[in-house]
Amino acid sequence: MLKITKFIVQDLFRNWIILLYMIFLMAASFGFFMLEGQADKALLGLLNLSLLVVPMMTIIFSTMYYYNMYEFIVLMLAQPLKRKTILSSIFLGLCIAFGLALIVGLGIPMLVMNYSIASLMLLGVDLLLTFIFIAIALVAGIWTRDKAKGMGVSLLFWVYFVLIFDGLILLLMYNFSDYPIEKIILYITLLNPIDIGRILVLMQTQAAALMGYSGAVFNQFFTQGWGIALAFLALLFWTALPVFISFRLFHKKDL
Amino acid sequence: MIHIRELNKKFGKHHVLQNINLQFELGQGVALIGPNGSGKTTLIKALLGMVIPDKGEMLFNGSSIKNQSLYRQNIGYMPQISRFPDNMKVGQLFNMIRDVREDIKADVYDWELYDSFEIEQMKTKRLNILSGGMKQKVSAALAFLFNPKVLVLDEPTAGLDPVSNEILKEKLRKSITNGKLVLITSHILNDLDEITTHVAYLMDGKTQFFKSLEQLKMETSEDRLNKIIAHILNGEEAVHA
Amino acid sequence: MLYKLLIGFIFFACSAEVLSAKTWHVKPKSDLSEIKKAVEMAADYDTVYIHNGTYFEDLITIEKPLTIIGVGKPVIDSNGGDEILIVASDNVNISGLTLQNVGVSFLKDRAAIRLVEVRNVVIKDNILKNTFFGIYLQKSSHCKVISNTIIGDAENEINAGNAIHIWKANNIEVIDNMVSYHRDGIYFEFVDQSLIRGNSSKYNMRYGLHFMFSNYDIYKNNIFQHNGSGVAVMFSKQIKMIENQFKDNWGGASYGILLKEISDGLMEGNIFERNTIGVLAEGANRIRISNNNFINNGKAINIKGNCLNNEILSNNFIGNTFEVLTNSKSNLNHFEGNYWGQYKGYDLDKDGIGDVPHRPVNLFALVTDKIPAANMLLHSFLVNSMEMAERMFPQMIPEHLIDKKPQIKPISHDSYQRTQ
Repeated sequence: MLKITKFIVQDLFRNWIILLYMIFLMAASFGFFMLEGQADKALLGLLNLSLLVVPMMTIIFSTMYYYNMYEFIVLMLAQPLKRKTILSSIFLGLCIAFGLALIVGLGIPMLVMNYSIASLMLLGVDLLLTFIFIAIALVAGIWTRDKAKGMGVSLLFWVYFVLIFDGLILLLMYNFSDYPIEKIILYITLLNPIDIGRILVLMQTQAAALMGYSGAVFNQFFTQGWGIALAFLALLFWTALPVFISFRLFHKKDL
Repeated sequence: MIHIRELNKKFGKHHVLQNINLQFELGQGVALIGPNGSGKTTLIKALLGMVIPDKGEMLFNGSSIKNQSLYRQNIGYMPQISRFPDNMKVGQLFNMIRDVREDIKADVYDWELYDSFEIEQMKTKRLNILSGGMKQKVSAALAFLFNPKVLVLDEPTAGLDPVSNEILKEKLRKSITNGKLVLITSHILNDLDEITTHVAYLMDGKTQFFKSLEQLKMETSEDRLNKIIAHILNGEEAVHA
Repeated sequence: MLYKLLIGFIFFACSAEVLSAKTWHVKPKSDLSEIKKAVEMAADYDTVYIHNGTYFEDLITIEKPLTIIGVGKPVIDSNGGDEILIVASDNVNISGLTLQNVGVSFLKDRAAIRLVEVRNVVIKDNILKNTFFGIYLQKSSHCKVISNTIIGDAENEINAGNAIHIWKANNIEVIDNMVSYHRDGIYFEFVDQSLIRGNSSKYNMRYGLHFMFSNYDIYKNNIFQHNGSGVAVMFSKQIKMIENQFKDNWGGASYGILLKEISDGLMEGNIFERNTIGVLAEGANRIRISNNNFINNGKAINIKGNCLNNEILSNNFIGNTFEVLTNSKSNLNHFEGNYWGQYKGYDLDKDGIGDVPHRPVNLFALVTDKIPAANMLLHSFLVNSMEMAERMFPQMIPEHLIDKKPQIKPISHDSYQRTQ
């Protein structure tokens, strides 16, 4: 398995899109910290950007990559290799490549310019989001045979997590604004990894105070040890779920 | 060597394989023939574990291949259309596959096709710029490289030039005499004449017949494979009519 | 003749008084080691010097015009007891003392120094430590509280007093004091024509300045920083607030300044920096808010719909998350000539004024005002995109809350400050 993973990582690092992604992240990170005097504001800008770009980039690229690797998968399947091995190699390869791109592009500038808990948290969140959206991309790719359709499904997932989910929550809050729904909303946000990540990081910055009473409820939760642990656990669960689904789908898939 | 029992596969409503029963042994050269969409490729892919059958079982050397991967050590596969990862060079491909196949020691390797197709010369070429025929050559060389007991070739002659075609056929013939099992699908029946010992005919997902070539020759009193098939088909039409 | 005689008599009387003024020296382990005794023995207009040492005394009542001067920072320690100095006479000066450890009482607002219905009293250069209330003025006028340092050790609001507490008074000057760790730094209730200048009020539990029912007052050049809620100015009129700094009031319900039910005031040249809300205005009318700097606040101005005819002119809004928030669709206030950090317009004619007006109200700020729970969507892509759409095609934000002359560059307030 490690041999195939190694091959995939090498293959990915020859890919100019990943390099471009890394350079873009790096430019953006340095840019934010240099243009924005306040470290906290820069971090928030970076949070906005990375929560948008990281899931989008990973899911689109990973879906594409899965389809491009289709022949490779078939070739490997003709060898005495387990399906599990082949898929894990692809997943791991993508995780390593994107993870490294993120650590170099986002992590290093952030830790150089502003070494803080919030920075570490943002890096951790972005890493987990990377893994999650790679896994979702694999689900979309394995699920649909057609490349165009698969891309569509991936983009739909992305739009859902980045936009539609929040819209639905807003609608929910609007309709139940007379009730104390903060606690419920708190648990609903656990259903969206991007929201979990955003709030986790936000709570480490001064922006937390902006959020008023509901902020206080969230603050209590997301700054306590067990709250953070639960949030990260939720993110790990969010990684495990699509990974599990993709392996199930792949196990039964006709190639 | 390979037992296929009551094999069924549906793609949606389309019943691609219906109750297939076949048995192949070492030393046979099996021609798997039939019109387009008759289920040949699906059968081969099922054998390789790429397509998961709905019902029935396949035994390789007496044990079921369901959820297994190790039996593929003994199979060399050449797909219908050879496609490889884009960014790879020919040499890298061979290195990588050899890397993956650490179960086979280097002294067992069969370099014959590799040499006769002159693959060494295109080592530094990227796979995505190779022509279809060149890819087929690479694919064929790979299939034979690990000296497997069973060779599965899906339309192997489709893109090959006549010279290469002859090389491949010669290699196949030799393999059969050496006691290997060769499973070939092809439209071009002329190509199969010299290497076929048995013929399996598939149509609409069903096995029409599976007989040895001698038997067929006797039954139809024809000599050439394409004539035999034509004879049988015409005969059937006559019966149906 | 009679007239001359009268003047002569008055002159004589005065000089006799001055001539007869004595000095008293209180020292530990001397014949006069008790302050209370010295105050008792002293005649009107005498001076009592209190020398270096620690005096455990409380309830020293001064009922005649006296000057009390601490020499070498003497300490008067109430030792958890009652109030220390009670001034019940006009013309008293108290300076140079260190007063400490007044006991907390839930029945009485004990203070280190209490002024009761007096005039012309000066409290200067004293240090007050852990005294529940610090300096407490009631029904007094023309008094000065200058350069005192008042430090409490309040841990919660309930058993904390105010550092400088003034109730029913006029013509008071509170200048250059440092007040911290109390419930309120400076408390004004029914205090007119007074001046608060150059004070520093930090780390108080509730308000840096708590200001109610007080009219015609000026506060200027003060720093209010790290207070629980910030500064509250309520139910007052004709207040001038000039060149103060409101900083670091950062918490769920904090603000730089709360303007509640106040009218006809002026707010000029102040700096609001890093507050959750810079200015929170409820029922504020005819206030002129000009030449202030709003920097890095959560919400620079939250102006409620019941505020009328306020003028917000020539301020700088830099680095705030939200610039203006309101809970009304209509706008009865005037915004003009401010610099808005979030202005996205352009200036083709290069006159320094943006060619398109600026709408400083942010949609998301409005939404969270109505649905507080929506706060959790802060910095989400949904919210960011909604805001962008709303800026282009306003639907929900008040149409008339608009700055028609947004500045392209931050306004330099130096010129303004020089004229002050």
